Amino acid sequence: MNGLPGLYSVVGRTAVQTQFQYRTSNYLFMLGMVAEPVVYLVVWQTVADAQGGAVQGITAGDFAAYYIVWTLVRNMNIVFTPYGWEDRIRRGELSGRLVQPVHPLHFDLAYFAGWKVVVVLLWVPIAAVLALLFRPTFDVSPVEVLVFLVAIWGAYLIRSMLLWVLGMVTFWTTRVSALYELYFTAELLLSGRLLPLALLPAWAATAADWLPFRYTFGYPIEVLAGDLTTAQLWGGLAAQAAWVAIGAGLVAVVWRFGVRRYSAVGN
Amino acid sequence: METAIRVRDLRKTFRVPERDAGLAASVRSLVRRRYREVHAVAGVSVDVAPGEVVGFLGPNGAGKTTTLKMLSGLLVPTSGEVSVLGHEPSRREKAYLGRMTLVMGNRNQLQWDIPALDSFELNRAVYRIPEADFRRTRDELVELLEIGDLVRKPVRTLSLGERMKAEVAAALLHRPQVLFLDEPTIGLDIGAQKRLRGFVAEYNRRHGAAVLLTSHYMADVQALCPRVVVIDHGQVLFDGGLRELTARFSPHQTITVQLATPGADLSGYGTVVPADEGRVAVQVPKAQTSAVAARLLADHAVTDLTIEDPPIEDVIEQAFADRSAVAS
Repeated sequence: MNGLPGLYSVVGRTAVQTQFQYRTSNYLFMLGMVAEPVVYLVVWQTVADAQGGAVQGITAGDFAAYYIVWTLVRNMNIVFTPYGWEDRIRRGELSGRLVQPVHPLHFDLAYFAGWKVVVVLLWVPIAAVLALLFRPTFDVSPVEVLVFLVAIWGAYLIRSMLLWVLGMVTFWTTRVSALYELYFTAELLLSGRLLPLALLPAWAATAADWLPFRYTFGYPIEVLAGDLTTAQLWGGLAAQAAWVAIGAGLVAVVWRFGVRRYSAVGN
Repeated sequence: METAIRVRDLRKTFRVPERDAGLAASVRSLVRRRYREVHAVAGVSVDVAPGEVVGFLGPNGAGKTTTLKMLSGLLVPTSGEVSVLGHEPSRREKAYLGRMTLVMGNRNQLQWDIPALDSFELNRAVYRIPEADFRRTRDELVELLEIGDLVRKPVRTLSLGERMKAEVAAALLHRPQVLFLDEPTIGLDIGAQKRLRGFVAEYNRRHGAAVLLTSHYMADVQALCPRVVVIDHGQVLFDGGLRELTARFSPHQTITVQLATPGADLSGYGTVVPADEGRVAVQVPKAQTSAVAARLLADHAVTDLTIEDPPIEDVIEQAFADRSAVAS
């Protein structure tokens, strides 16, 4: 296999090899990460029980389904973070990639995509335990499964592009952690990470529809654990495609100007 | 002259923030930031022919690495013209990046957790090297660098020297026609340095690649570079052969003799300088070397006599010390 598919295949395999060497640390990381949705899940199930079994029509079983799918979607949308960009720029680690005839974005996309293979294998038993403990309610059609399989990669691509753009701000200033925190806070509230978007006030839910965040979290989760209409299913994929295109455009523009400012320090 | 590398009046200026020490200066810098311009490269011009090996010498901060970074496309020049293999490096065209390599002594191109062979495979995909060519080149590099036993171990388990050799192999799999080597032997023991030098010479002979090398080890330069470019404060001080460098910056030679009857005072022949036990060394102006040697042989029972140029390190040091004379 040659060209970009060949590169993705080799880099992906490299990621699998590397991450299997760190399987214990990967597992511990995943267990730590599962704590977040479990806290949300316990809170919402408690509220649902207190309100007679449901919150705005979402039952305890629906919440369980939502947050169990959440754990898979979260694993799928782990990408190269802006914090990693700080190292890349401040220590000159980008230099090695810049002198090779492939855009560095491809390395990140391929590497983190390969990592997903390890992540999904490790996720299966965790999901099984969560299902036994929290009794999720699923009503899934084959079409929804197919759309979900596409949507989780759409989520991965959107988040990769957006965090790449955010990370590239480091070309201009290496102290941008506050900006990242702002982004992550907006994402937490408007993506469906903290709570299902159906529970947001109407104005916030509308804002979420027009922002990219929900297509990296809430939409793929709702495909499998929600009750989307056919139009919403396909409309979500179309929105994801649009955000991937916007993200790719932003990456191209910011990269073009940013890389000229690279000073290759520390190397 | 056909050129692989053509550089004209290359300049790179960095704008760096600066402030005085202390809390007050820190607060003031919140309101008004002060910047200083650092001219890292200040008008370098040089040509390198295909297949030529050129040593790029200079003290720390002279602008060597910044120049190499601009030639490899890592940095965008502030001004000037650069053409390498007919490409403008700052455009970072794939056609260019696929024909050159940059090896930095402190850079880790290999994947840390997997064997070097897997990193080689990664580079095969990056440079789109046909499978048969890849295997042939990889095997040739592994043999030349004597790393057959090492490439199957995770890179993190290799010593610095072993890792450097594997790095060099990874950097050359696509058979680049231009090599930028920035301190490739830094941190290596004498044996590893020697093997790496031999390898670079052999690669240059086999593939006719142009090589631009920076090193603080003069042994690297003497073994590999018939021509050197000396740079300081971002400007070229000298461009020519090693012998010419010595002739220009060191007007003296050293005559060392072993006398049948030790103890004679040779200060009348030149400046007596320290020498090994049982020998006497005198430094004389180069133009008078033959005459002084003849006089020594005539006046004393000499059992051994050698005439040497000063070590290249001393010549370079002299060049930097006498910068104004050099510039003239």
